[in-house]
Amino acid sequence: MTAATQEERTDTAPSTPSPALSKAGRWARRAPLLPALIFLIVVTQLPFIGTLIVSFMDWNAYYPNDRGFAGFGNFVTVLTDVNARKAIFVTVVLTTTVVLTSLLLGLGIALLLDRKFRGRGVVRTLMITPFLVVPVAAALLWKHALYNPEYGLFNGMLTMIFGDNAPQPDWITNNPLIAIGAAIVWQWTPFMMLILLAGLQSRPLDVVEAARIDGASPWQIFTHMTLPHLRPYLELSGLLGAIYVVQNFDHVFTITSGGLGTANLPYYIYQTFYTALDYGRASAAGVVVVLGTIIIATFALRTVLSLFQEESR
Amino acid sequence: MSTMTRARKPAAPSEVKKPRSGIFLTLLAWFIGLAFVLPVVWMVLTSFHSEEDAASNPPAIVAPLSLDGFKSFFDSNPWPPLLNSMTASVVSTILVLILALPAAYALSIKPVEKWSDVMFFFLSTKFLPIVAGVLPIYLIAQNLHMLDNIGFLIILYTGMNLPIAVWMLRSFLAEVPVEMLEAAQVDGASVTRTLREIVAPVIMPGIAAAALICFIFSWNELLLARVLTSTTAQTAPVFLTGFVTSQGLFLAKVCAASLVVSLPVLAAGFAAQDKLVQGLSMGAVR
Repeated sequence: MTAATQEERTDTAPSTPSPALSKAGRWARRAPLLPALIFLIVVTQLPFIGTLIVSFMDWNAYYPNDRGFAGFGNFVTVLTDVNARKAIFVTVVLTTTVVLTSLLLGLGIALLLDRKFRGRGVVRTLMITPFLVVPVAAALLWKHALYNPEYGLFNGMLTMIFGDNAPQPDWITNNPLIAIGAAIVWQWTPFMMLILLAGLQSRPLDVVEAARIDGASPWQIFTHMTLPHLRPYLELSGLLGAIYVVQNFDHVFTITSGGLGTANLPYYIYQTFYTALDYGRASAAGVVVVLGTIIIATFALRTVLSLFQEESR
Repeated sequence: MSTMTRARKPAAPSEVKKPRSGIFLTLLAWFIGLAFVLPVVWMVLTSFHSEEDAASNPPAIVAPLSLDGFKSFFDSNPWPPLLNSMTASVVSTILVLILALPAAYALSIKPVEKWSDVMFFFLSTKFLPIVAGVLPIYLIAQNLHMLDNIGFLIILYTGMNLPIAVWMLRSFLAEVPVEMLEAAQVDGASVTRTLREIVAPVIMPGIAAAALICFIFSWNELLLARVLTSTTAQTAPVFLTGFVTSQGLFLAKVCAASLVVSLPVLAAGFAAQDKLVQGLSMGAVR
């Protein structure tokens, strides 16, 4: 349905596809698409099929002679292994809290930056900066320069404010997951903010102005006009954020190296494959990650579908 | 009461109301902006301090500037990884554009049938976590003797960023007014001329935005680079992971290293800020 409407809108040819869409013409249209499509299938889809195959195999590089068919053995191991289950739990908790926190923060900041004020451009530039720091560098910065109990900035500020008897918590050891989460929130809030700000600025202002003249309170305008307008932007920035945070490896690797109960699924897979050389188990865990993301993706695709419908209005 | 005034003089209330809550909101915005940039400011400041001043508690904000951190960073031979990262990011970005432009054209200006299904497919490849394919990729690289080879990484980065670029470029191409294309056709303009004079001006910002985002993602990538490279093809983020366990007296060096490795992305991001914003929002929501 949507495709048809869209085609009518952008197609230069008349919408009845008789002479223009002859067989040769159709292939001429498809040809420019093929290199990208084929490249993408080879580079991104085939490896996953490989993972799927290996996930049903006994394959540990330490025991090359024991290679063979394992059935669902690896999946049973993954779903019963304490560490794997913990990794699944950590992934779910980390992703939901980080995405929700950065989404709410991003929304608040986008609303603040939607107003006209002195230096708005400068504040936006300041806000974008965390997004532009290389993730490993950002994680190193948080680990060493901010969290370090002896000379990190956080405890340094506590000493500055409360003097020599100030508490000097060991941030990472006390709350390892929160420490990692805070660093990721710091990097992802600007991304959420940027998309939501773009959404706010595409809002038809005359309608808002009319509502204000009619006596709508700022809260009413926010809940009845701003939020509904922002809905697709909120959903999509949340889903894009979720897809990236589910895959987070850099922060976990850098800040705790998966220690202190912070190993998420990507780190668990990395370790199982890279250190333990258990290819079968690592692949089964990989398949579990994909199943999890497919659940997120189903929602995402539905959102995108609604966006297409909106676009072709 | 205020409703009445508003109904009569719509312009006045906002002028009257703005100063008080307005100043507070402006200050709040500035405060949050500064809070978010503080860790980066601290990184820059620390990188220019001596190791002793960098590791002091309470923090030494005003301390003599020192280039020790940068000196010891550049003594650790960071140029090969930095060059590898630059090669991987630039070459893969160019490859992405070469593949993505025709595809986006086929999906928007002369849309193929079921073009939205194709778009969904492109997008859905982004939902496949890299970590779920890393083992076969490693085994393939091993069998092709392509481990520690920057070319292999370039191919993977191209695949990683291709869907984003197609998605973004299509949304920019869809902005090309159909009437102008039709008019050009009626006037008998050639395809190249139409592309050059009507399509190119509209999508140039889109190309810049897509290139910028592909560059950033390639430059930042760690997992694949960590698994597939070791010495000759090591990239800058992998080089940085060498600092993960470094303790104590090397704080200025760690900050200098983090700053230098982030510098290309920071510079590109600041220079093309508007394009970045436009690209992210267009790519994501249109």
